[in-house]
Amino acid sequence: MPLLEVRNLRVEFPTRRGVLTAVDDVSFSIDEGEVLGVVGESGAGKSITGTAIIRLIEPPGRIAGGEVLLAGRRIDNIAPEEMRHVRGKQIGAIFQDPLTTLNPLYSIGRQLAETMQTHLGLSDRDARARAIRWLEDVGIPGAAQRIDAYPHQFSGGMRQRVVIALALCAEPKLVIADEPTTALDVSIQAQVIALLKRLCREHGTAVMLVTHDMGVIAETADRVAVMYAGRIAEIGPVRDVVKGARHPYTEGLMGSIPSLTHRVERLRQIDGSMPRLTDIPRGCAFNPRCTKVFDRCRIERPDLMATDGPTRAACWLYAKGEARDAA
Amino acid sequence: MFAFIVSRLFQALPVMFTVSLISFAMFAYVGDPVAIMLGQDYTEAQRQALIRDLGLDQPFFVQFFEYLKNAVQGEFGLSYRLARPVSDLILERAPATLELSFTAAFLALAIGVPMGVYTGLYRESWLSRFFLTISLIGVSLPTFLIGILLILVFAVMLGVLPSFGRGDTVAIGWWTTGFLTASGLKALILPSITLGLFQMTLIMRLVRAEMLEVLRTDYIKFARARGLSNRAVHFGHALKNTLVPVITITGLQLGAIIAFAIVTETVFQWPGMGLLFIQAVSNADIPIMAAYLMMIALLFVIINLVVDLLYYLVDPRLRGSLAGSAR
Ligand SMILES: Nc1ncnc2c1ncn2[C@@H]1O[C@H](COP(=O)(O)OP(=O)(O)O)[C@@H](O)[C@H]1O
Ligand code: SF4
Ligand SMILES: [Mg+2]
Repeated sequence: MPLLEVRNLRVEFPTRRGVLTAVDDVSFSIDEGEVLGVVGESGAGKSITGTAIIRLIEPPGRIAGGEVLLAGRRIDNIAPEEMRHVRGKQIGAIFQDPLTTLNPLYSIGRQLAETMQTHLGLSDRDARARAIRWLEDVGIPGAAQRIDAYPHQFSGGMRQRVVIALALCAEPKLVIADEPTTALDVSIQAQVIALLKRLCREHGTAVMLVTHDMGVIAETADRVAVMYAGRIAEIGPVRDVVKGARHPYTEGLMGSIPSLTHRVERLRQIDGSMPRLTDIPRGCAFNPRCTKVFDRCRIERPDLMATDGPTRAACWLYAKGEARDAA
Repeated sequence: MFAFIVSRLFQALPVMFTVSLISFAMFAYVGDPVAIMLGQDYTEAQRQALIRDLGLDQPFFVQFFEYLKNAVQGEFGLSYRLARPVSDLILERAPATLELSFTAAFLALAIGVPMGVYTGLYRESWLSRFFLTISLIGVSLPTFLIGILLILVFAVMLGVLPSFGRGDTVAIGWWTTGFLTASGLKALILPSITLGLFQMTLIMRLVRAEMLEVLRTDYIKFARARGLSNRAVHFGHALKNTLVPVITITGLQLGAIIAFAIVTETVFQWPGMGLLFIQAVSNADIPIMAAYLMMIALLFVIINLVVDLLYYLVDPRLRGSLAGSAR
């Protein structure tokens, strides 16, 4: 049984110009201790997917369909108070910008302690002792002295370490990390990812890692899901998605990563840009940009299907009876 | 901390100096105190003697210095009309105004803040809409009209509350309080509602707007993602972050309440400084007017200092900069 299972998840935002479907029929699963990388252009629905799992979509946005199961138990329909015990305790979250994620008026020790006390029922003294240990674990120098310091007294990188400690301190089985290094200085991104990787391995925590950085994905993820216009375009083991993508979009995406080991013949850019939610084309959402598009692509929307490789792709090229070389 | 207070007091000096200059100019050049004090029949010798007694034959700056020296010692001369020391008159009246103003401010905060939090959290509920509607009335009706309406309903028609005066008071040293007698408390109800209603609606709307703003922030989302209870999120993380603007406005409004108690005191014949001031204005009783002006300026200075100290307590980010400015 997978740790997290998302089935046909659908998230809608009612707007003045009609209902936008930001996440459309998304299904995937994450096993215990596994790292699932999630990639895709900005606006593809990565953050909304993560937010929907922990049910923090801002109204009027809503989960319009599908199921989310944690360790086999549905969490998309449980009472809000029950869901509160899932958040933090079973699923941790790391946000993009550490400068805005921490409450400026609470000391970091207080934020850690209140999180642990909410979920683990610790005494004040135990919570404080553990908070210091967590700060040491995430590499804050002089943790015992700095526990009463406020967020503004830390650098961005240090704050993200604090956020990681906050996400993990109640020992969740899964953490959703939404672009945890995008807002950080390039020079410290690798350290923060290494820290996250080490802690999750030590604690056996599974990770849903949203990132733009293919290097990070290649190094960190076990499997990868590629999102495009609110849907998963391709999903599979990391090596196969990076090196042997089957979906034309993934191929283009991977082609656009400069590689130092294999001198890629040319940086292949995909022409055009991802459609806005208001004008997603009929059929395959990628069809206006696809070099392999054929008739069926403009009429019917493909679901994820088995390919000739280890990945699954939402592309008609792999439907039974379609000619692979169709132009 | 101590250095901060001292530096703030020094910054207040120019303000107080300017106000005393204005109040002295008023004292020295508005109306003719000699003529007023001598009455109808006097000899030229009497006139000259009085001018000398009052120091009016001295150069401007000597007079001003004398005035300042006396003012610092709480001496503002004699009231023209009542022929009693102005300082005695003000001290006699101050408790009435201060008790009324602080009760009004307390009501405004004790009712305005929870209403603001509630309407911020439950934007759509009918109770929120109701609060917002009555707050519109509070903002748009002039104070004297509210006072008169309250008198009409509760004093004239229902006859349950007094329409004027302070009721029985108890003297504690030179301070007289209405808090300790039933009639004193009853007398306080209508005037304090009248005086506090506008500030209450202002605070409610301010807290609501700030809550809406704060609830959208990442750190609130992160607090929810950590599974903290609604109470901790709403009344801890969110409310605390709305406090800085609320403290500012409340401080300003407290000053305004004390200054504009004039209207309420007139409507309810409340024996406070405002009523004293209004009577002084209609009798051209300059010493009282000058002293009242200084009094109000001093109150504003004190309130500003308290507001700054509260910032210091609430917001750790300001502690560094405030301490810096003090050094
Ligand atoms: N509050 C909202 N109202 C309307 N549309 C939204 C809202 N939040 C997000 N969206 C839309 O949902 C889509 C997915 O957003 P998101 O998940 O943040 O993308 P990303 O993959 O970059 O994380 C975007 O196209 C965005 O326009
Ligand atoms: S379904 Fe058609 S348009 Fe879409 S990716 Fe596959 S080939 Fe291209
Ligand atoms: Mg995002």
